[in-house]
Amino acid sequence: MPLTETDVTWVQAPKLGLFGQLYLPAIADGLMTTVGHMFKKKVTELYPEQEPKLPPNYRGVHRLNRDSEGRTKCVACYMCATACPAHCIDIVAAPAPEGWKDREKYPETFVIDELRCIYCGMCEEACPVDAIELTTLYDLTGLSREQMIFDKEKLLSVFDMTTKAGTDPVRTRSGALGPASEPPPAQ
Amino acid sequence: MPTFNWIFTAIFIAVLVGAVLNTVAYLILAERKIAAWVQDRLGPNRVGPWGLLQPIVDGGKMFLKEDVIPAHVDRVFFLLAPMVAFGTAMLAIAVVPVGHTVPPPPPMLSMKAPGDTAPDTALQRFEAVQKTYAEQFSFVVAPGLDIGVLYVFAVGSLAVYGVILAGWSANNKYALLGSLRSSAQIISYEIPLGMSILGVVLLAGSLNPERIIANQIDGEMWNVFYMPLAFLLFLTSVFAECNRLPFDLPEAEQELVGGYHTEYSSLKLGMLLLAEYAHMITTSFLMSALFFGGWHLPGLTTNNDLALYGPWGTALIHAAVLAAKMFCFIALFMVVRWTIPRFRFDQLMALAWKVMIPLALLNLVCVLLILQFGLPMWSMTVASVVLFLAAGLWGVKTGGNVTAPKRKVRKLPPGLPVGAV
Repeated sequence: MPLTETDVTWVQAPKLGLFGQLYLPAIADGLMTTVGHMFKKKVTELYPEQEPKLPPNYRGVHRLNRDSEGRTKCVACYMCATACPAHCIDIVAAPAPEGWKDREKYPETFVIDELRCIYCGMCEEACPVDAIELTTLYDLTGLSREQMIFDKEKLLSVFDMTTKAGTDPVRTRSGALGPASEPPPAQ
Repeated sequence: MPTFNWIFTAIFIAVLVGAVLNTVAYLILAERKIAAWVQDRLGPNRVGPWGLLQPIVDGGKMFLKEDVIPAHVDRVFFLLAPMVAFGTAMLAIAVVPVGHTVPPPPPMLSMKAPGDTAPDTALQRFEAVQKTYAEQFSFVVAPGLDIGVLYVFAVGSLAVYGVILAGWSANNKYALLGSLRSSAQIISYEIPLGMSILGVVLLAGSLNPERIIANQIDGEMWNVFYMPLAFLLFLTSVFAECNRLPFDLPEAEQELVGGYHTEYSSLKLGMLLLAEYAHMITTSFLMSALFFGGWHLPGLTTNNDLALYGPWGTALIHAAVLAAKMFCFIALFMVVRWTIPRFRFDQLMALAWKVMIPLALLNLVCVLLILQFGLPMWSMTVASVVLFLAAGLWGVKTGGNVTAPKRKVRKLPPGLPVGAV
């Protein structure tokens, strides 16, 4: 159905009074605002000298968490690799070494292509044992594509670095594995 | 130094041009800093302390960039336009006082009949006056020019040639649109610009800026207190003449890419930008001289400064006072840029033709009446305020608003689809 004149509602701006028609008071009013802002505290962060304060849920470089014994928490379940929309996680699973009583598998290799990653945080959400987390490291640079492919050791070193620096405390239950590793409730 | 001394003049021109060019470089930094502060940012601060070396880097960039002359331009005028813009901007400074000035003595006519051999006392007096005048110094490139203000306006309106040639020769529709807007705008605003100044000229009885300054100092009152309305009109016209916001339609980035200098690059772009800032400096000096008493500042500078501070002290103090006034205007230019949004083109024209020109005319009539009947000058202040308020009230009575204009609008008959007619 075509639009008719009756369908149109005319919204009218308020008529200018003497204050508006004289222009000058309004301009003086505006100048007060601009000059006021000139002497306000500035919001600029001087980046290289002044690091930004990031929220703890910032999604930066990944890390692989360690448990209380220093082993990787990952159980090589492939949940993160499955959830990843960018297909940047590559895991090769292997049977857990002797003496690792709490799991059957562990990741022999765990590679994330940081260039392909879109930093959506789906891996973190998918992980049943809270082994993978995104840190607040944001200034990730490299000289080649190969450098930006992070293997297990690199990801564990990110964990060591960020926990030592105190920037990213382990958000989940430190040490213990996540709820998925617990035995099913007795029936 | 009103007597022509070419060495003095050459040195003075060199110093003045150098000072203006460097001031322009720092004005660009100031513009960026003020823009940043108004937006709660810090502005350029990486080159040198507080970014103070930024102008050098900016200038170096202009020199080092590739100078592109597109194939589709009219080469002659394309190359000529920046020179015209820059040249006229520099020429206009010639009569603008930048420091201490001495007004030229008023003309004295000898009443001597031809063939009379007796010594002419009037001529002797005239020569004595001229001699004392020639011994004093004035910080004007061309001192004692009796058509000073007229000259500034004449050269100032030539500046539009730079803009028009730049836009037309670029063979680019956006550049052409920008220069067309500019020509219409400058022609419209030249009228209130010239008319608002006529009252001041009438009061001083001279078009010479030095004489106008001296008149304000002798009267111990700046012209702005007598003629606030004329000053307001002049200021507004100057904003339009300098293409500053809210009148920057010739280079409205959102609509016209870069406006008339879209096709320019490297040093030629630099010259066009420089001309704009030089224009701002000239007009700010002119406003200080015509309305704010030039180098006069009550409590600091008076007529007998020469005896008080000596020639060098006087020169320094007077130049400092005038420069301070000039920079106040420039700061106003820059803050207003971030305060008022750009006018629409019809609003721009309506403001010039329907508001400013009638007001300037009425203001002029008031000055004429007051001078003719010898009324006290404060009545001019009253007349200005009355005119201003009356214009506001008139606007309230007659004006509609944007969505409900008072002019006749053809309404569609009901039932017809919108856009059918």
